[in-house]
Amino acid sequence: MSDLLNLTIAEAREKLAAKDITSLELTDAYLAAIEAGNERLNAYIAVTADKAREMAKASDARIAKGEAGALEGIPLGIKDLYAIKGVHTQACSHILDGFKPPYESTVTQNLWDDGAVMLGKLNMDEFAMGSSNETSYYGPVVNPVGLQEYGGPNHGGRGDVDLVPGGSSGGSAAAVAARLCAGATASDTGGSIRQPAAFTGTVGIKPTYGRCSRWGMVAFASSLDQAGPIARDVRDAAIMLRSMASYDAKDSTSINRPVPDYEAVIGQSIKGMKVGIPREYRMEGMDAGIDALWEEGKAKLREAGAEIVDISLPHTKYALPAYYIVAPAEASSNLARYDGVRYGLRVDGDDITDMYEKTRAAGFGDEVQRRIMIGTYVLSAGFYDAYYTRAQKVRTLIRQDFEKVYAEGVDVILTPATPSAAFPIGDQSKADDPVAMYLNDVFTVTVNMAGLPGIAVPAGVDAGGLPMGLQLIGQPFGEEDLVKVGAVL
Amino acid sequence: MSVDTATVKRVAQLARIAITDDRAEEMRGELNTILAFVEQLQEVDVEGVEPMTSVVPATAPLRADKVNDGEKADDITQNAPVSDDHFFMVPKVVE
Repeated sequence: MSDLLNLTIAEAREKLAAKDITSLELTDAYLAAIEAGNERLNAYIAVTADKAREMAKASDARIAKGEAGALEGIPLGIKDLYAIKGVHTQACSHILDGFKPPYESTVTQNLWDDGAVMLGKLNMDEFAMGSSNETSYYGPVVNPVGLQEYGGPNHGGRGDVDLVPGGSSGGSAAAVAARLCAGATASDTGGSIRQPAAFTGTVGIKPTYGRCSRWGMVAFASSLDQAGPIARDVRDAAIMLRSMASYDAKDSTSINRPVPDYEAVIGQSIKGMKVGIPREYRMEGMDAGIDALWEEGKAKLREAGAEIVDISLPHTKYALPAYYIVAPAEASSNLARYDGVRYGLRVDGDDITDMYEKTRAAGFGDEVQRRIMIGTYVLSAGFYDAYYTRAQKVRTLIRQDFEKVYAEGVDVILTPATPSAAFPIGDQSKADDPVAMYLNDVFTVTVNMAGLPGIAVPAGVDAGGLPMGLQLIGQPFGEEDLVKVGAVL
Repeated sequence: MSVDTATVKRVAQLARIAITDDRAEEMRGELNTILAFVEQLQEVDVEGVEPMTSVVPATAPLRADKVNDGEKADDITQNAPVSDDHFFMVPKVVE
């Protein structure tokens, strides 16, 4: 492996500024790594090599002129749900076949404005609906942490099986872990940044709802979706988030407040900070390893001077069922636009309704169809109040749980990121029972329901040698606290 | 609450997704698993609780009532499966 690939974003930034390396060298190293490794991992579904080299050369020219941006010359992978002008953008769905947007998402435009280089589009669960990257039209992604060639523990002692990288941002997490990019964009509706980060030993930040613009992101559940980075360490994630975040008049839910320099808080003392430990996050059937790592995390923060306090978030167990009403309801509405008329796939029919029905049956995968069906059902006449209105009331209670502990002086909350480490591709117990798969998000989904920021950081490994993560949950717009405390873990 | 196969077919029609009899039968089981899971929300006391409408307290921003985009018919129709002279083409709707 080329030494260039071992540079974090922060290290590469320094070497680029000192002109020890060029962005073109760095970009070529990543393109070669993708060429060599992607066939096995399936992390990238489109590689934009020519565009990458062009952008790298432009970065080198800007560095030479002393006009470098915050991410100048840094090669990134982009989750397939971000619209990139003129480039494959399908949210890994068959129904968007051939779609090349004539516009650019705000988040990626922010990255390019800061000088970042795009390597290609990353695999994901179809329309971000999944926790294993197995619902992608482009096939599953292999988690590099299980593979010996990536220094993995010989498949984590689980025999000769490939492991999932988590999802929905499975391509992003796998590419970062396998050094196929310096960092990646991801998105999180119920845990889609934090769960794959935990499964691959990387760092993922799901910012406060409204911190990043959703304009140009393929919509799944609009009141929950939020953009964020997956990176190798907390510092890199902080660097990326600063560039991704902005106020955007094109997203009426984006919040107009200044974007802080998240990196600046790294290394600051956490002495006196109050860290809440919610008792409801100790679940039956939870991996024994994660409990031990949670204790270690607490000990580390206590040693660094933080005060550890027990707290209660009584409505935690209702977050996942409420999510599986709210998210499908919003998805069924958002995905109504895929009708074979304006973009993507069309399957001809006898009349226009037949054309719609055949197009949507052929274009959406099983999981997406299930969620559209659930959403359509819970919003249908006679059921709306019993399901949707009740779920939104429960959501209010979930947010009030958090508001109460924050009002009592808690700064951040420490929890496990996932109930287990990565599982094998094709795990039958999860394939047969959709709810078993949904339980992956049991610790992360509360954060989306309450609109709060969360970060997943590597905590150690389980008995089989596979990485597991801890999650920190912050106050609204408390991303700096997450970075500060996350850097200590 | 649970759904029967007829309800699955009706919902599929509302969602404009063609569904075979076999698939409707499978889907009935899958949807009932999910509906059984969300059923636990019925035990929560939501008396007097306002349903959430905005996850982050914010007032919707207003903008000037001016045209700020448009004149992009080429862009808008370029991804259409079938288009003709900036029109989206669909099967005949009116006889």
